[in-house]
Amino acid sequence: MSNIKATFDVLQKRGEKAFIPFLTLGYPDMKTCMDLILELEKRGADIIELGIPFSDPLADGPVIQNASYEALRGGVTLKKAIKFVSKLREKTSIPLIFMGYYNPVFKFGQERFVQQAKDAGVDGLILADLPPEEGEDIRQMAKEKDLALIFLLTPVSSEARIKLISSISEGFIYCVSYTGITGGGEEKQTMLTSLLHKIKSCSKTPVVIGFGISSPSQAKKASRLADGVIVGSAIIRKIMENKGKDDMVNKVGDFALSLCQAVK
Amino acid sequence: MRYYRLPDFRGHFGEFGGRFVPEILMPALQELEQAYIKAKKDKMGFQKELSFYLRQYAGRPTPLYFARRLTEYLGGAKIYLKREDLAHTGSHKINNTLGQVILAGRMGKKRIIAETGAGQHGVATATAAAVFGFPCQVYMGEEDIKRQEINVFKMRLLGAKVVPVGLGSRTLKDAINEAIRDWATNVEETFYVLGSVVGPHPYPVMVRDFQSVIGKELKRQILVQEKKLPDVLIACVGGGSNSIGMFYPFLQEKVELIGVEAAGFGLSTAFHGATLAKGTVGVLHGSKNFLLQDNNGQILPTHSVAAGLDYPGVGPEHSYLKRTGRVKYTTVGDEEALDAFRLLTRLEGIIPALESSHAIAYALKTAPSMDKRATCVVNLSGRGDKDVQLVNERLQNE
Repeated sequence: MSNIKATFDVLQKRGEKAFIPFLTLGYPDMKTCMDLILELEKRGADIIELGIPFSDPLADGPVIQNASYEALRGGVTLKKAIKFVSKLREKTSIPLIFMGYYNPVFKFGQERFVQQAKDAGVDGLILADLPPEEGEDIRQMAKEKDLALIFLLTPVSSEARIKLISSISEGFIYCVSYTGITGGGEEKQTMLTSLLHKIKSCSKTPVVIGFGISSPSQAKKASRLADGVIVGSAIIRKIMENKGKDDMVNKVGDFALSLCQAVK
Repeated sequence: MRYYRLPDFRGHFGEFGGRFVPEILMPALQELEQAYIKAKKDKMGFQKELSFYLRQYAGRPTPLYFARRLTEYLGGAKIYLKREDLAHTGSHKINNTLGQVILAGRMGKKRIIAETGAGQHGVATATAAAVFGFPCQVYMGEEDIKRQEINVFKMRLLGAKVVPVGLGSRTLKDAINEAIRDWATNVEETFYVLGSVVGPHPYPVMVRDFQSVIGKELKRQILVQEKKLPDVLIACVGGGSNSIGMFYPFLQEKVELIGVEAAGFGLSTAFHGATLAKGTVGVLHGSKNFLLQDNNGQILPTHSVAAGLDYPGVGPEHSYLKRTGRVKYTTVGDEEALDAFRLLTRLEGIIPALESSHAIAYALKTAPSMDKRATCVVNLSGRGDKDVQLVNERLQNE
């Protein structure tokens, strides 16, 4: 059984929802990033989503874009990201998901990437600009290696796409809470509720809500609708605000704890 | 190349093209594709309206001008210029923006957005938005805003909001990123008018079709003026819209097709925009094509004196035509382009855009060695008013 599925099974038995914080891999630097992951786990994170920096992150808002550029300036590559996970795996077995863009993976070699990421201990993969239509090859490869390839659905997705993506998304279904890029505005509650209803009626795969969730109260609302909640930009912003301070990791941990308590 | 029917139904030109976008944009692209297929067949409605505006508003057909003095000066092939610089707004970009904005109206969209590099596409979009009464927002890199100030002013006069993009390389690439982000956020009521044959399906095919009016007219005109097809067609390639528009109706003819990319400071430097010459296959802005990227798949910064050629990608159809060898791609550097800019201005009284000057520059190199009976047509894709200030500054520095 995959690490992600096992996590959701345990949570379900306990009647709890998954809290999934997002960090940009290598931001603010490799060492601090590792400390942050361990801190987030200590504060109750169930799964960690790690953003792989890309020069043209067109699905991300300004906060994650900036973290991404900074990580790139720090020299983060896919190779280093994989090595980072190998090292991290000596310290924790928390489920890890890579979220990135297709081009670096394509350039690295899809098969080579899937193999190495899995061997290093990555559990799932989200490619923000790879819809199922173009991702059939990597989907087969990921399936063979038991690396969960996660696809997204949005409030504007058609019934046909909801059926298609619900049937192929592994690990969980990533549900975008509003139309747009990461880190913005208020959720459109009714559209979202209707989307979740439609997904649940055709799939047993856990559904997780992400994009635009920045406070414990929003996280609480979202957790009532789904099996888990992803928080990205708000956590990166917390890191930015406290960058260079001695208690930065702890501050981010406090914030994560408040989100986690709201979700559970 | 006898049977050319690309792209396939999924927007692929061989291994290139496709639709690599965030899920949020998939419904919008499918909607656009359906609307475009319908519009294409709608001879009495959409096509009639578009051809009316192309004729009565944009001033088409544009002349095919025999450049007598330039031909005499070079002493080789007869050189013709396809005068897209004489189209309304001063470049070929209007052919596409009228098409897309009319389509936007028929789809019931309420708001137009666009990206722009040199500002020509931005001006052409703002113009079409004005004449059809849409609010319009244009994303433009800060670097480009500096070097194409006149176009920024024009867009604002036309009622468009110009949004500076200060991220990444602050040029066309980043303007496209930002336009895509806007579209993803406001997808339901916004129409994204993409300015080149790049991006996810159906943009490369739709923009090609709208720009093909260049090649279709040219074919008719040259048959009247020369009683035969031309020997060589030359056009500059950034994303590749003016060149595809010129080449497409000739793909199955015995005509040599030459695309000219920007060599900037030189191909051996890191400062150029020669994607087909130096790039490798990758995915950017929604499609698979040649790209200027590093070994880790990160997109590289580019350079050209011509903002419209300063782009690390290129259309998927060009990528395919390079792969098959049907089109020959070559490069011209900043200095050669500037020389061509001055030469054409002096000899013919035509100030070309710096982008188009790259195509002229290649004609200067190739025409002298060609037979005097041969004909060579250069796509004069835009006029150079926007570049006068920049060229003047460079001349003063010399």
